[in-house]
Amino acid sequence: MEKRDSENNIVIDINELVKNFEGFEAVRGVTFSVYAGECLGLLGPNGAGKTTIVKMIYDFSPITAGELRVFGESIVDSARRIKARIGIVPQEDNLDPELTVLENLLVYAGYFRMNRRLAAERAQEILDFMDLSEKADAIVNNLSGGMKRRLTLGRALLNRPELLILDEPTTGLDPYARHMLWQRLRKLKDTGTTMLLTTHYLEEASQLCDRLVILHRGKVIETGGPQELMDRYVGKEVLEMGLSTDDLSALMENSGDLIKDHQKLGDYVLFFTNAGEELSEFMSVKTKSLDVQVNYRRLRPSTLEDVFFKLTGESLGD
Amino acid sequence: MFNFIDPILYLWAMGFGLGAYITKINDLSYINFLAPGLVASSAMFATSYEMTYDSFTRMSYHRTFHAMVATPVSMDDVVMGEVMYGTFKGVLYGTVFLAVTLLFGLVKSPLAIMVPLPLAVMAVAFSIISMLWTSLAPNYDSFGYFFTLLISPMFLFSGIFFPIETLPEGVRTLAWMTPLYHTVEIVRPLILGNTSWSMAGHVGWLVGFIVLTLRLPLVMVKNRLIK
Repeated sequence: MEKRDSENNIVIDINELVKNFEGFEAVRGVTFSVYAGECLGLLGPNGAGKTTIVKMIYDFSPITAGELRVFGESIVDSARRIKARIGIVPQEDNLDPELTVLENLLVYAGYFRMNRRLAAERAQEILDFMDLSEKADAIVNNLSGGMKRRLTLGRALLNRPELLILDEPTTGLDPYARHMLWQRLRKLKDTGTTMLLTTHYLEEASQLCDRLVILHRGKVIETGGPQELMDRYVGKEVLEMGLSTDDLSALMENSGDLIKDHQKLGDYVLFFTNAGEELSEFMSVKTKSLDVQVNYRRLRPSTLEDVFFKLTGESLGD
Repeated sequence: MFNFIDPILYLWAMGFGLGAYITKINDLSYINFLAPGLVASSAMFATSYEMTYDSFTRMSYHRTFHAMVATPVSMDDVVMGEVMYGTFKGVLYGTVFLAVTLLFGLVKSPLAIMVPLPLAVMAVAFSIISMLWTSLAPNYDSFGYFFTLLISPMFLFSGIFFPIETLPEGVRTLAWMTPLYHTVEIVRPLILGNTSWSMAGHVGWLVGFIVLTLRLPLVMVKNRLIK
């Protein structure tokens, strides 16, 4: 009985999903589920396969192998029915630039076969929710990047989707516009909308997501909540030190529990710790006694980015 | 807008200008012979411009095709919608030009009221041809070749400016293979009132062309956009 309940709560079910482009495996056997009401973050550097997975979920890209079910139905058989229940915010804006803000919403509502009255009603709701009412009659081409993104998100909400898919929704936005969008997404989450979000901004992931799936070169390398992953891999703080790696093992000798783990990153070494101040003092003494030259040092709170460095040995940047 | 002004300029330049030096073609004054052909060609140009430059913009730059298929609409729906829009535009421009020829007193038969029908069939054919080119076009420059290699030769050698019987055998066969020629052969008798059963053959050619090719743009656009 309990198992059945949890099955009913699965919105997206992905099993051993594979996608090959000519001679290139973009997605190599990915398995994960998205549960009703949660915000799941697909995290990974560019080229990890995030967008490819998202495109397969809304039937833009055919599946090479594996299973993909949305609302319990196969996307191959029931694309129209499934797409009527989801909202998609693509990576690049694809609004109609020659139409006004309001016209964009009304035309899009037509694709869901809404009648004119319902369309006008929903469009007005969305203009209010997205704070775009004053711009209703502005031509989309003349909007700022942040407003275009808000309209793109609003457009995806016209059909009151049970599942919202957001593919790098804030890439290229300034911090103000990004926070404006985050606020709306949080409100939607509070009303119970299930979300799948891809991003390579770790701050975005930690702000919005309940659970993360970390992708690397087409495979899932770790799954868990943002805080859980940070606790598991990197602890509370990070001591960054610029020093020669030849001295590393001597430095770390007798450090005991102070160093949870470490990771080389370019010319730096990152020491992950739960006791930053103590480790910092320990290192001051150690470097002096061993006569190690330190070019740079900084103690800072740990972030999801450190988890990513630890897991992949790579940076998450572009 | 310009592809509407174009045929009027042709009508003036060729019909009134050049036509003054030509006595008769098939027992008609030159401008009477010319005007019906321009009705067909103005529809052809309107459809072809819409389904190349403008479709390409929607598909590759505005990415509205992508936006539409994120809804219950499928890519087949989108491409069929494009074909219908291209057809509508062709019929609109052709019909407006028909009205112009009426004002010039060049319409001789009430059967001219039926002209939008063959125009619609032809415009579907040109929507298909143009969408095929658009689905393969790497950039805007390639549409220059489309108009230079396909559309302009059709305009010149499909029996609009002179009967194709005057052409050498081989070239005549080429003209026979174009949708524009068959449309001109339907539109002209409707406007001049000298209909015959041979028109049915031209209708058959156009309908056959559409039946055989309609699926191609659907497949080609999917090949381009869906990876």
